[in-house]
Amino acid sequence: MKSVSVPVAYMPLVDAAPLIVAHEMGFAEAEGIALDLIAAPSWSSLRDMLAFGRVDAAHMLSPLPVAMAMGLGGVTTALSVVSVLSVNGNVIGVGAPLEEKLRDAGYGFDFADPVHAASTLAKVHKGPIKFGVPFPFSMHVALLRYWSGASDLGPDGIEIRTVPPPLMARALADGDVDAFCVGEPWGSVAVERGVGALLLPGKSIWSYAPEKVLAVRTDWAETEPDLLGRLMRAVWKAGRWLSGPDVSATAGDLLSRKAYLDVPSEIIDRALSGHLTLSARGEHRQIEGFLEFHRGAASFPWRSQAKWIARQLQLSHNAGVTDLDTIAQVFRSDLHRLHIGALDFDLPGASEKVEGAIPHAMPVASAGGGLSLRPNQFFDGQVFDPETG
Amino acid sequence: MKSENSGFKASAAKSLTIVVVEENRDRAIAIVDALKDACDCDVFVIGNSSGLARKIATHGPDIVLIDAGNPTRDMMEELTLASGPMERPVAMFVSGGAGGHAQAAIEAGVSAYVVDGLSPGRIKPVMDTAIARFGMVRQMRSELAETRRALEERKVIDRAKGLLMKAKGLDEEAAYALLRKTAMDQGRRVADVAEALVTAAGLLG
Repeated sequence: MKSVSVPVAYMPLVDAAPLIVAHEMGFAEAEGIALDLIAAPSWSSLRDMLAFGRVDAAHMLSPLPVAMAMGLGGVTTALSVVSVLSVNGNVIGVGAPLEEKLRDAGYGFDFADPVHAASTLAKVHKGPIKFGVPFPFSMHVALLRYWSGASDLGPDGIEIRTVPPPLMARALADGDVDAFCVGEPWGSVAVERGVGALLLPGKSIWSYAPEKVLAVRTDWAETEPDLLGRLMRAVWKAGRWLSGPDVSATAGDLLSRKAYLDVPSEIIDRALSGHLTLSARGEHRQIEGFLEFHRGAASFPWRSQAKWIARQLQLSHNAGVTDLDTIAQVFRSDLHRLHIGALDFDLPGASEKVEGAIPHAMPVASAGGGLSLRPNQFFDGQVFDPETG
Repeated sequence: MKSENSGFKASAAKSLTIVVVEENRDRAIAIVDALKDACDCDVFVIGNSSGLARKIATHGPDIVLIDAGNPTRDMMEELTLASGPMERPVAMFVSGGAGGHAQAAIEAGVSAYVVDGLSPGRIKPVMDTAIARFGMVRQMRSELAETRRALEERKVIDRAKGLLMKAKGLDEEAAYALLRKTAMDQGRRVADVAEALVTAAGLLG
């Protein structure tokens, strides 16, 4: 049987793993498709490739399709988020000069407490701290804004600049930015190069933040439902494989190949295993759930996640009041249930939940009655109710 | 040039300001020359820089051209969101006035950012030239990359052949036949099998 080829764009990051694994470990083949994986040079380029039909699916920053639905940025082609590819996985770090100031103030780099990190930063740095992020519409920006807004840094305590991660070391050296928020492997690469130290994992701000999504053009989803189902199942099975025991070494080797990330597998393994090295001094921490591909129904695109993202975008772009219910439909809980439910996997019964309201792993209503969600909390203890926004 | 927008005589009469983001000097010169032949414009070239958005803004350009393969392109997105008093609204050039340009631009690997309200008649010659020039550069670059990759693979295959010849006492032809058979059996490319062998041999010392 000849398999159908599906062109898929991705950015060479650790969280592109479900796509790379689906291709390399035979999950795509088992679904009768071949993934034609195309590495994109930038997020704008990846978005254009998807919007203008160069590819049919893409590994995307979760806020990007939401921003497009809100009419922000240049391209507004209708996209559908059919799965969440990964949860968490970002790191916040500081450049060497700021690291030194923090150490001089006795800061311990615990990689855990956003409140203490913010108050110490506010003490040692005069004026707004310039943070480099990979893209204006990203979970990186949403987490930084949420953190500064609810801590001693204050909403005006940070300035956000877009800096592609490969240029971050130069931007730090030139003083264009003081700190950064990036996805792996870039945080660990910065540590390896001795240009900075890791301050906090993204999950210390929101413990279950949808990071990358699988997005397709809505018109493609409508004309190719069968192909879409196969793609979603292949990628979902890859995510499940990635959450299995003892696979991080194999996955790390795959990702490290020249054709993919071209970074030593030892560095990639840090994110996959959650065992991070924080600075050139060698401090390290084991972070439970640093990057999730599967546990707690990670792949399920909750409409409430889309609403939280839309609310943050509204705040940072002064966008007028939008109908959150309409925007949230970019996250296709319906399609996910249709195509992944077919695998006899237990999915949530609801499409929305109160975000930030799960302090401990908790069983929830599901089709099969055996689903448990992972902890989901904001660092300031607030909750986000999708009904009231 | 005749303006279709009589409400803005002053700006319509003024020559266009174009910024080209390009690191390579020779390539930049070729693009600048072609643009100057094609339209009445001032062209500025900026290399990659972490302060790209600010440097571009200081020129107040009507059009910004950037290689779609350039990772610094993401910094341009900030300009499209800018709304400060000194900043001019910019949009990624995707459709509208100049019709089928978007597709051609993507194929040629050029991204254009155009100030709001610039008339299609003024954009067209710039885009035509940019698409032709960037397309040429892209083709040359992909041919070069392809040649390099082929050379690289040849080297790895030669090394794998050498390893097999030494380890199994085969002649060159038999060593290559073994590589090819293994690749066929495993449904992989000969170059990939060779690379795996060379890596494994390296590990075993």
